[in-house]
Amino acid sequence: MMLIQCPHCGARDVSEFTYGGPADVARPADPLATSDAQWADYVYMRDNPRGPHDELWQHSAGCRRWIAVRRNTLTHELIATAEPGKLPPR
Amino acid sequence: MKYSIVSLLRNAFSHHQQWPLAWRSPAPKQEYDVVIIGGGGHGLATAYYLAKEYGITNVAVLEKGYLGGGNTGRNTTIVRSNYFLDANAHFYEHALKLWENLSADLNYNVMYSPRGVLNLAHSYADLESYSRRGNAMRLNGIDAELLDLDQVRRMVPLLDCSPQARYPLMGGLLQRRGGTARHDAVAWGYARGADSRGVDIIQQCEVTGFRRDGNRIIAIETSRGTIRAKKIGLAVAGHSGQVAALAGLRLPIESHVLQALVSEPVKPILDTVVTSGAVHFYVSQSDKGELVLGGDLDMYNSYGQLSNLPPIEHAVQSLVALFPCFSRLRMLRTWGGVMDMSLDGSPIIGKSPIDNLYLNCGWCYGGFKATPASGWCFAHTIAQDRPHALNAAFTLDRYAQGRTLDERGGGPFAWAH
Repeated sequence: MMLIQCPHCGARDVSEFTYGGPADVARPADPLATSDAQWADYVYMRDNPRGPHDELWQHSAGCRRWIAVRRNTLTHELIATAEPGKLPPR
Repeated sequence: MKYSIVSLLRNAFSHHQQWPLAWRSPAPKQEYDVVIIGGGGHGLATAYYLAKEYGITNVAVLEKGYLGGGNTGRNTTIVRSNYFLDANAHFYEHALKLWENLSADLNYNVMYSPRGVLNLAHSYADLESYSRRGNAMRLNGIDAELLDLDQVRRMVPLLDCSPQARYPLMGGLLQRRGGTARHDAVAWGYARGADSRGVDIIQQCEVTGFRRDGNRIIAIETSRGTIRAKKIGLAVAGHSGQVAALAGLRLPIESHVLQALVSEPVKPILDTVVTSGAVHFYVSQSDKGELVLGGDLDMYNSYGQLSNLPPIEHAVQSLVALFPCFSRLRMLRTWGGVMDMSLDGSPIIGKSPIDNLYLNCGWCYGGFKATPASGWCFAHTIAQDRPHALNAAFTLDRYAQGRTLDERGGGPFAWAH
């Protein structure tokens, strides 16, 4: 069972949160200059790490704000949480 | 040795102490024509059909752990072909046709049991979408029957069909040829069939790297030494991204954990596979008498074959809501398996950007029922260096070309499929 440290509400049960996917995938800055292959890479391709993973969660049954979470995908250990974009560098 | 009533009698006289091993455990050779990475159902089926259909027997199957010890031994054994999209329908129907004759083909009892797979409809919207899917299936030559509530009640009398039920029922979509098969026997049967045709099955052999020469892989580094290979097939669903990364590839796949659980065994009580898409729940009864049930993904990336309580609680709540009579059954054990969740919910079987590397991955939670067709199509793709018509749509480049196969319109979210 995972307890996620919401930066706004404190430690809460994982069932209060909704998963939102990887946090370290950046949308192409200039859509008009982005090729089809680059779009496909952004939309579909994943690093899928086995270990620390930066991801977005919404505290949907709490403060409803989006947060960034660094979590180990193998052990489910919660390493850090922060406002989106504010996770410390790995 | 062929398994038969005669061999059974003969071995009875020696108190069943003289049965030969079902497959050898040879040391790896230095070079193979084809090396399949992954000794689960898909990898073993691929080796079997390479040998049987294409006469390619200088083949090795490399397995990190033991045969069928990954997702082949962790699924809930359901087979069906009730798909909407043409490419999926034709592919899974080919699998179901192979299932129907698999025990005879392998001379190994995979206990295929066409007990029917019933999808419950809880609303008019459910009925609409099931009638649309059923019609699509029938147009593709697959059996499908739309049931009204009375027919559902007669077929599965234990269901709470009352108007005040927690999840009111309105009917269902039934595929009678769907059912279950014994998962371990599938791996063992394919292993035995491949081995008897000359395939080397090498367990406890982990792939640690690939040696490249230009756009080709010339050798595989493993925990049991370097193995050269002319062609390499990857069938390691759950960890495809990890092994593909060793070859420098990124895949449209996320790994997610899916859990299942079984109850204590009881006498035969449920003779159909019952699923509910709306509730995210399914249950069947195993031949040992246990109820086998499961639900949704845990909904976040995971490689941990861990059990977590919220999805278990949801599955048990759903069971008791749909079948009140099961409320006093105790649950025996739970487990988790790591799914290759592809970004459109459909698998990838085909060529890769590397000349002699072939991909078989992205099975989401539909890998077990696909096993025979997956091996059959993958063997064709490797032997002929081009896909069969049945897997021509399951390419890696379909994502970049906008030809995704998104069965339920979930969009590019791995956990939505």
